[in-house]
Amino acid sequence: MYNFDVVKPARIADAVKELSDSSESQPLGGGQTLIPTLKQRLASPEKLVSLAGIDEMKGVCKGEDGSVCIGGATTHATVAAEAGDYPALAATAAHIGDPAVRNRGTIGGSLANNDPSACYPAAALASGAIIKTNAREIAADDYFQGMFTTALDEGEIITEVRFPVPEAANYQKFVQPASRFALVGVFVAKYGGGVRVAITGASNDGVFRWAEAEAALSTNFSASALDGLSLSGDDMISDLHGTGAYRAHLCAVMTKRAVTAAG
Amino acid sequence: MAQVSMTVNGKAASGEVEGRTLLSSFLRDQLKLTGTHVGCDTSQCGACVVHVDGVAVKSCTMLAAEADGADVATIEGQANADGTLNVIQQAFQDHHGLQCGFCTPGMVMSAAALLKDNPKPSEAEVRDYLEGNICRCTGYHNIVKAIMAASGQDVGAIAAE
Repeated sequence: MYNFDVVKPARIADAVKELSDSSESQPLGGGQTLIPTLKQRLASPEKLVSLAGIDEMKGVCKGEDGSVCIGGATTHATVAAEAGDYPALAATAAHIGDPAVRNRGTIGGSLANNDPSACYPAAALASGAIIKTNAREIAADDYFQGMFTTALDEGEIITEVRFPVPEAANYQKFVQPASRFALVGVFVAKYGGGVRVAITGASNDGVFRWAEAEAALSTNFSASALDGLSLSGDDMISDLHGTGAYRAHLCAVMTKRAVTAAG
Repeated sequence: MAQVSMTVNGKAASGEVEGRTLLSSFLRDQLKLTGTHVGCDTSQCGACVVHVDGVAVKSCTMLAAEADGADVATIEGQANADGTLNVIQQAFQDHHGLQCGFCTPGMVMSAAALLKDNPKPSEAEVRDYLEGNICRCTGYHNIVKAIMAASGQDVGAIAAE
């Protein structure tokens, strides 16, 4: 690792100020991706602004509209334990990485990084979550803009993520056994206005919604409604863990499993 | 360089660290607590697991600066006050839960974290909890057996020695 300074502000406003002081500053969430990245010298910030000491960005609460609100610096372990009002979300958090990773990694860090194989982007997109930052609120449909790319500006911090609670939902992850990331992960959420299906791990463009499956499931919320539907593997990730065609096949399989499990 | 202070195994510890100094490096190189092992250095293997403020973390993937003010527990602080092995450590010995021993500090610290939250885990829960702790010797059966035994459960029905 190249060296850097570490600051630990206690308030969002102070963190924003630390980040705006220099373009070579970078926020540090739980560090479960950023620290390995720094070790590989793929990033070389002069200053890391740790968000772990900002109490106003931690915890799970219930919004006035019934939504589940999660502070940006809340760990996966806390979401797993405390987001019981949205069981599929708590279950998703409970299967990210391993227990020690879940004790450090945060929802804001995961969404800001937008790894194409991460679990939370699928949960946020399928739920039509609102990504709240220090500056604005961003709808999930506008937030995810491709692999490792989001609507966040330089120095913008995710302070809270608000999840509308669906009538039924489930996340199915086909685990890549070495990394425990999703080889393919599918989050299905059924709302009064329709069904949303978000898929992670598969596309070269990062997390995406499967419109045909959503239309079919909005009419008939059962796995059989998906019979005959498929995705093309042409634009999907092909690597030593699986070809694009294999991932495309998994998308349909895991979507069916998620619908069945959601009930 | 910055000054960090923390409690390690119940005793005050402090030192000068760079921003990039990992908690595992601070424990091993400055405090000379070399029981915390660094296996992969990529947060996969779990040999470096310690407890920070009561929860298991991979100390190779946490900055020492982030542990400033924290309560840290390492394998060196696990034995009983009279120096005898604690229940988990003794169970690892009794059930042959280690061969080369490199992963063992992390295994014991993960086991301690599990049993604190879940005093009577099922075999499946033990295996699930150890997802981030890799052992290349034992095949895990005897590690699982040791943890089950440490929780006071009958281990007769668990996979053969």
